Amino acid sequence: MTDQAVEREVGRRRLRKEDARLITGQTNWTDNIQVAGLLHMAILRSPMAHARVTRVDVSPALDYPNVVAAFSGADLAEGLGSLPCAWPVTEDIVLPGHPPVAVDEVRYAGDPVAVVVARDRYAAADALEAIEVDYDPLPPVLDLEAALAEGSPLVHTDKGTNRCYTWPLATGDSFAAVRDRAEVTLKRRYHQQRLIPNAMEPRAVVVTPIAASGEYTVYSATQIPHILRIMLSTVTGIPEHKLRVIAPDVGGGFGSKLQVYGEEALALAIARRLGRPVKWTESRSEGALATHHGRGMIQDVEIAATREGGLLGLKVDLLADMGAYLMLVTPGIPILGAFMYPGIYKMDAYEFTCTGVFTTRTPTDAYRGAGRPEATFAIERIMDELAAELGLDPVELRRRNWIRHEEFPYTSIAGLTYDSGNYEAATDKALALFGYDDLRAEQHRRNERGDPVRLGIGVSTYTEMCGLAPSRVLRDLRYGAGGWEAASIRMLPTGKVEVVTGTSPHGQGHETCWSQIAADVLGVPFEDVEVVHGDTRAAPQGMDTYGSRSLAVGGEAVHRAAKTVVEKARKIAAHLLEASEQDLEFSDGAFSVKGSPEARRTIQEIAFETFTNHDLPDGVEPTINAEHVVDPENFSYPHGTHLCSVEVDTETGRTRIRSYVCVDDVGRVVNPMIVEGQVHGGLAQGIAQALYEEAVYDDDGNLLSGTLADYLVPSAADLPDFVTDRTETPAVSNALGVKGVGEAGTIASTPAVVNAVVDALRPLGVRDVRMPCSPHRVWQAIQEARSGTAGGTGGTGPAQSGQSGQAARSGELGQYGRPGEEGWA
Amino acid sequence: MIPPAFEYTRPDSVDEAVRALADAGDEAKVLAGGQSLVPLLRLRLAFPELLVDVGRIPELRGVREDGDTLVIGAMTTHHQVVHDPLVRRHAGLLAEATATVADPAVRHRGTLGGSLAHADPAGDLPAVALALDAELVVAGPAGRRAIAAREFFVDYLQSALADDELLLEVRVPRSDGWDFHYEKFHPVAQSWAIVGVAALVRRDGGRIAEARVGLTNMGATPLRATAAEEALAGADGPEAVARAAEAAAEGTRPAQDLSASPEYRQHLARVLTRRAVLTATGMG
Repeated sequence: MTDQAVEREVGRRRLRKEDARLITGQTNWTDNIQVAGLLHMAILRSPMAHARVTRVDVSPALDYPNVVAAFSGADLAEGLGSLPCAWPVTEDIVLPGHPPVAVDEVRYAGDPVAVVVARDRYAAADALEAIEVDYDPLPPVLDLEAALAEGSPLVHTDKGTNRCYTWPLATGDSFAAVRDRAEVTLKRRYHQQRLIPNAMEPRAVVVTPIAASGEYTVYSATQIPHILRIMLSTVTGIPEHKLRVIAPDVGGGFGSKLQVYGEEALALAIARRLGRPVKWTESRSEGALATHHGRGMIQDVEIAATREGGLLGLKVDLLADMGAYLMLVTPGIPILGAFMYPGIYKMDAYEFTCTGVFTTRTPTDAYRGAGRPEATFAIERIMDELAAELGLDPVELRRRNWIRHEEFPYTSIAGLTYDSGNYEAATDKALALFGYDDLRAEQHRRNERGDPVRLGIGVSTYTEMCGLAPSRVLRDLRYGAGGWEAASIRMLPTGKVEVVTGTSPHGQGHETCWSQIAADVLGVPFEDVEVVHGDTRAAPQGMDTYGSRSLAVGGEAVHRAAKTVVEKARKIAAHLLEASEQDLEFSDGAFSVKGSPEARRTIQEIAFETFTNHDLPDGVEPTINAEHVVDPENFSYPHGTHLCSVEVDTETGRTRIRSYVCVDDVGRVVNPMIVEGQVHGGLAQGIAQALYEEAVYDDDGNLLSGTLADYLVPSAADLPDFVTDRTETPAVSNALGVKGVGEAGTIASTPAVVNAVVDALRPLGVRDVRMPCSPHRVWQAIQEARSGTAGGTGGTGPAQSGQSGQAARSGELGQYGRPGEEGWA
Repeated sequence: MIPPAFEYTRPDSVDEAVRALADAGDEAKVLAGGQSLVPLLRLRLAFPELLVDVGRIPELRGVREDGDTLVIGAMTTHHQVVHDPLVRRHAGLLAEATATVADPAVRHRGTLGGSLAHADPAGDLPAVALALDAELVVAGPAGRRAIAAREFFVDYLQSALADDELLLEVRVPRSDGWDFHYEKFHPVAQSWAIVGVAALVRRDGGRIAEARVGLTNMGATPLRATAAEEALAGADGPEAVARAAEAAAEGTRPAQDLSASPEYRQHLARVLTRRAVLTATGMG
């Protein structure tokens, strides 16, 4: 009935309506907010990774000009609980307390030890220097394997172990059994380096109290205003109905703002104590220490196959670096990946174990893709290794094992039901755009002539589970909340429309997309729709934005609410047109009687009728507003094929991406321009992990890459022109047919790039390069392969990274390592 | 990222600036474009009591010719250097290297003089000034003096400027007819060079008559690769250049940092010197 209208907006390449204010800054970023009497908070942080705090004296800070108050951890302990972890993944998980300000022990460099509150930000920062703290150093805990060994120093002494949890999954046949009948097995160790999220907008929080009534408004640069409200209520004891949380315009998050941070709780607790508004904004280098990190895993992966390349089974043993404390969903991140290691492939056996390990480093938590990039990296890297072992083209090996399009819906070995997909179509399209055969031929020529600049080709075929999530699945995973999303539509008397969403955009473009969806269903102009979000008073029900969920769950809720508005309006239209509902048509925003199109009532007119309520049918309430809460029955499963070619300068180790082609299938597309933007940004972030970024710690647990001079975030100048294309296989788990696109580019690109780098160097005997594949690492890997010292598994780089687990596993290299196939030019 | 408190003055003339510096003893820092100093302040790695902002002294800006020498005001921004016709014509190496400094925003604020006075061996321009045999003219309470680039870079972040001296201008001998290339090796576009090589080559017929090679980030100061320079003299083709470039790391003691080990830096110096000379001369 609205098909004609659907043509109009959904699928249209619209410029984003939010961009004018976001780009010009004529909006409320949290740090822009000024209120009368505002105080500024500054935080003194531990310079040591691990120490007992024997004394904190904040009183000298009080003598500094403009300082209003100063607090130690002990001063704040009353009325301020532990920061929450909402995802205790096992029954026997070790859940240490996490005070927002350390009381007697600091457990990572950056752990807060004291707070100063002053009339301006400069005064607060200056006074930090006056605070006296005595530290009694304790040994740092940095290496994941050593941390689990008997006699290791402990991050949380009272817990008696650094093991946070062990989470197993075994499905299908026993892996041991399929390994016995396998003709080929490969075992590899991969390292997921720690990453620092670096959203463009730093974290910031402003709390304004109304002391007289005990009410508080919290403005925060957060992805999760609704969840934050509940959690801050729990942490501070302020009743939930006295707390209003507002996420004003938020400048990026990538998971780093899917968090309940100590600073948010502190600002609230201090505003309550002083009865004054309080602001805190992190600096970039403070954020490097105190905003949660991503990744941080060691992956031991074993794959079993037939000589023809038929996969039989996969075994994955993970060590996941929790950091010093468990934050909101820290333990669950690797578990989100647990189901994705088998990727798009069919096999008989799958075994997975993840052990979470405490270390004296910044806590880890969600970072774009959250568990799924790590999983995709491992399977896609080892598939390339298997192809090399078998002498097969890596695309051909994938083709022999992936789920064929006619087999959907397909229940994966890990137990997920993939609803739809067409891996053949995406791959064939990508190969054609890429010019795969020509590049292979050029690679061959370069290898033949010993060209010092080698060409490498990397493949990554991925799927991901996104659109978080079916609440009952989350229950089974012991997650502390549901996965629904809410939307309501208010038809204003003048015919304008407010869409109220529980999602909380921080750059994604929900205002544009939700407007497109609502405009189509309601038949109203795109410009007449306003989207309201990010304020627990204005949009009271929501589960917020992360996990590529907003469109598949929240967009679907908007779609259903709009449809209900039309159905409610139909009753009134029938009355006004003196016809039966069945005889009405709705198109282009107006009802008319079939066969007599001149008698019409627009939906705007009907909205006005509900305002006057002068002539509604008996028993009909004067509203056509509608509300829906959607809880999907399944995840959505975007997929795609990414192809990357690199030129590796073997003299210097530098990698240059020559071409990058991806064909993603994210289901139906609401706005192609936004999808392309998401893919571009995702690719940049995935490539950043492959080639550039790493949180590097020294042996004492100090973060060495603590500024953007040392932590290398690539810019457009460092990236190639991306060729992005799509296939569209509609999801069947929602009526819109959409799948989610926020994480796809990041998930797929990292292994595509590393596979390309290794592919370029394989003729020289290199079989792996540790990420990031920096020029120095690549050069080292070549040197090692050349001298035969380490089988070319990739140097550790000049810096010592505590999580490296530097000892190569015995047996792995000797068994499968191949000598360099040719001499050094 | 909140700087400590400091006093601020913005003199209108060189004399006033020098007086302000002299009065402050060793507690003042000169603020030029602020692209190095301001981050140090914000990270609380520097604690000057006084900033002397020399951004409004007309004498410090612009490019002029003085016989066979190009005179570039210390406060000339990187952007102006890159686009200045005189620099492009008579000191092409400087224009080329300056175009690789950081990003456009930094190049619009950062200045040639500031970059040299900061004496960061990882900066691109100190090695270029060395290769160009530039001279730096400074003013102090006792008057003006010229310091050869070779004498100017004393140690890590330390120049021959006294606390009460101000860098006025950079005098660059015209290198018309010389081949040149700045080979910068940096991990991302905006980052410092892991190693950079500034090559200036005068050819006579098919041979290299004279070569000057400046090295970025190969020690506590920018360096001249003197052994390679000597070996390059007389080189008549790619093989000879390659052989000569093998001497490029001689006598260097580069640092270890997150991007590179000393051995890797020395390796890069050799490779990049060869490439710089071959690119400059078109011999490759």
